[in-house]
Amino acid sequence: MCIRDRYQRRVHGGKNFLRKMFMRQFLPLKHITSLKKLVTAKSLRMFSLKQNKPYREEDQVITTKLDFDSQFKTIPTFRVIDLQGNVIAKEYDNLDPKILKRIYKKMVQLEEMDTILLQAQRQGRISFYMPCFGESACVIGSAAALNDYDLIYPQYREQGALLWRGMTTDEFTSQCASNGRDPAKGRQMPVHYTSSKLNFVCVSSPLTTQVPQASGAGYSFKLKQQDRVAVTFFGEGASSEGDFHTGMNFAMTLGSQTLFLCRNNKYAISTPSDEQFKGDGVAGKSKGYGMLTIRCDGNDALAVYQAVKYARQYIIKKKEPAFIEFMTYRVGDHSTSDHSILYREEEELKSWTQINNPIIRLGLYLKKKGIMQIDEESDKELRKKYRSDVIKSLKAAIEEKKPGISQLFLDVYDRQTLNLNSQRQSLEDHLEKYKDKYNLENFEK
Amino acid sequence: VCQIGRYFFFFQAEDGIRDFCLSRGLGDVYKRQVSTQSTWGYFMITNFNFLLKKSCRRYFSHGKRYQFAKDIPSHTPRTKMNLFQAINNALDIALQTDDSAVLFGEDVKFGGVFRCSLGLYEKYGIQRVFNTPLSEQGIAAFGIGIASVGATAIAEIQFADYIYPAFDQLVNEAAKYRYRSGNQFSVGGLTVRAPYGAVGHGGHYHSQSPEAFFSHAPGLKVVIPRDCIQAKGLLLASIRDKNPVIFLEPKALYRNAEDEVPTEDYELALHKAEVVQEGKDITLIGYGTQIRVLKEAAKEAEQDGIKCEIIDLQTIYPYDIETLVESVKKTGRCIVSHEAPVTMGVGAEISAALQEKCFLYLEAPITRVCGYDTPFPLAHELVYLPDKWKVYDAIQKTVNY
Repeated sequence: MCIRDRYQRRVHGGKNFLRKMFMRQFLPLKHITSLKKLVTAKSLRMFSLKQNKPYREEDQVITTKLDFDSQFKTIPTFRVIDLQGNVIAKEYDNLDPKILKRIYKKMVQLEEMDTILLQAQRQGRISFYMPCFGESACVIGSAAALNDYDLIYPQYREQGALLWRGMTTDEFTSQCASNGRDPAKGRQMPVHYTSSKLNFVCVSSPLTTQVPQASGAGYSFKLKQQDRVAVTFFGEGASSEGDFHTGMNFAMTLGSQTLFLCRNNKYAISTPSDEQFKGDGVAGKSKGYGMLTIRCDGNDALAVYQAVKYARQYIIKKKEPAFIEFMTYRVGDHSTSDHSILYREEEELKSWTQINNPIIRLGLYLKKKGIMQIDEESDKELRKKYRSDVIKSLKAAIEEKKPGISQLFLDVYDRQTLNLNSQRQSLEDHLEKYKDKYNLENFEK
Repeated sequence: VCQIGRYFFFFQAEDGIRDFCLSRGLGDVYKRQVSTQSTWGYFMITNFNFLLKKSCRRYFSHGKRYQFAKDIPSHTPRTKMNLFQAINNALDIALQTDDSAVLFGEDVKFGGVFRCSLGLYEKYGIQRVFNTPLSEQGIAAFGIGIASVGATAIAEIQFADYIYPAFDQLVNEAAKYRYRSGNQFSVGGLTVRAPYGAVGHGGHYHSQSPEAFFSHAPGLKVVIPRDCIQAKGLLLASIRDKNPVIFLEPKALYRNAEDEVPTEDYELALHKAEVVQEGKDITLIGYGTQIRVLKEAAKEAEQDGIKCEIIDLQTIYPYDIETLVESVKKTGRCIVSHEAPVTMGVGAEISAALQEKCFLYLEAPITRVCGYDTPFPLAHELVYLPDKWKVYDAIQKTVNY
């Protein structure tokens, strides 16, 4: 008996065919198991295709005051530790010390990796880079609170989540150097990471396109009854795109297991957030969709962790999406093509780096709790170790060859089509004929 | 991955088996054995979830595969159906054989504005056949999300004229998903259906043919059927194809086209152009509703002793250049015809490709009989469309060149 026989579909005709055809018309009433249920008007209405909502005066709340209203109550920001690392919300101070230590180490590693790769771009060794300075707590803290197989739909500043999940330095530098070891075959600019084994969907440059996709994925998880959440990150600037509105609305109306995480980092390249919206930030918009919303201090790793943990449990239990707005700050430039001192004051930058720094806050908390001994010496050692790792890995990655020429034509479809085959052939012929005009030493065979 | 027992799988040794199981809710991999000689191994799953059987059914289920409609044997049971009923039947079969398939769009639940999804909500329930809020960019993106985790998404856009908000998602995301991630992610399960083309009274926003816009996005496929049997077969093939497909349905033929359509589960070949009518004097190339116009023009030309060969592209992108080249080399003359505006349309691409490959075989230049470079008019539709007299005139000019 072959596999096909086992899964053969119902054939048109066959045993009890007429009976099945006759019974098919009662499918809408399948849920009715007793005469009482049949007679109840409510059960009939439940399966009626037609809407029936006649006008009811009681449904409206009438007022005689012409009161246009645009006031809103600002949603407060949830915080567990203050700027000096002291606990202010005791009932949320119950995290596993091992996880906190790991979060701290990964935040430091992220900072060092960003520093080196940024310098590498300035030296012309890689073409582009986007650092995550100042936002490491909201990215790494969220990744820590999620399960490893929750699917992340990132924007472009979430390399911290990949670090948390175990992406090696070699994999990072391979993608930045676009060499043959990169599983994505050097097809995109640096920082456009992807990893199916770490459940991290490919970064793409168009903003916010990932948000409604996460709604779709979350819906599919719900359908398959999986203990899995689709998580999407985006900035406050990206929340102005139509895709944000669409993604949130679809997730709420259709019921997706999706978690929306907004990194409100105050700048979209040079555009400050008060030029992005006039209402109550992004959390205010989220409430308009009827979604469970919270605003969280994005530079407080414990608050981030607790919020994401709670949201994830809520999503799995209620099969409804949730939204968290992280209030944080983009300390670095938007990217290596940006020079942020042109549009913001030194003073502003200094205040966030010195007063509200996520790594310092977490470090102070860990020291006060006695979980980690953080002093200048050990911190220097740690950072030196991470830095040398990246430097070594980057050097090796840049020396590696680029992916082979034939990689240009693969993966457009699942199988090669004729047009691609003939174009590949013509390129190969051209390169053969003019081989002294092209320097192909850097490409793999 | 191939299932043999209820809980045992054979797989080709590759990374990501654990991820395969987790992402499909199959539980963790319990035992994993990889033979040293071959690349095959087996594993057993711990989550005895009976959804497992259903989630695997998709990998094995496909209908009978034929190349063209004429290859379907005459003894297969058939029913008289018009185009929307054939599409309804195809959607029914797709939802039945693939438990992960979902159908959604605007007004899909009550049957759709063209009745293509009639009865499917009653049969499959609200979770699988549902209305979405009014947003085409959302419909496309939602479909991409569903397909990116391995399920099948059949998205309906109410009219092809409204597909443009979804253009960014389709061209920047769906088309590039597999390529940009090095085949780690893909949205093969996505199919976007939309009614296209002139309908007699549609005007600017109910008559457009946007196939050329999407044919310029590598990674997408564009498929257009000409009649009921092709519609059902090509739609099932598009849904089961592991690449994102835009399936444009000729809305003028929803009620007007009728045929004896096989009731079984069958697929027709993609990337294959069909020779609808053999001839030796001139090749007429078209797709969708235009095939009927070409047939009528060919009938007129026959009275003058000109035997026309008519080819239906079926898959617009990537199209079957070999069949076209073979035909043009035989006849030496060619006309391409479609409703969409002539400049930068599908006809332009086919003419360029054919003259590149068959230059010395051509007796006359390749003519395009298409719509004009204006928005689709209402009052002037009669004279805008490339009707049979314009095609007949082009045939005469080409033959007497």
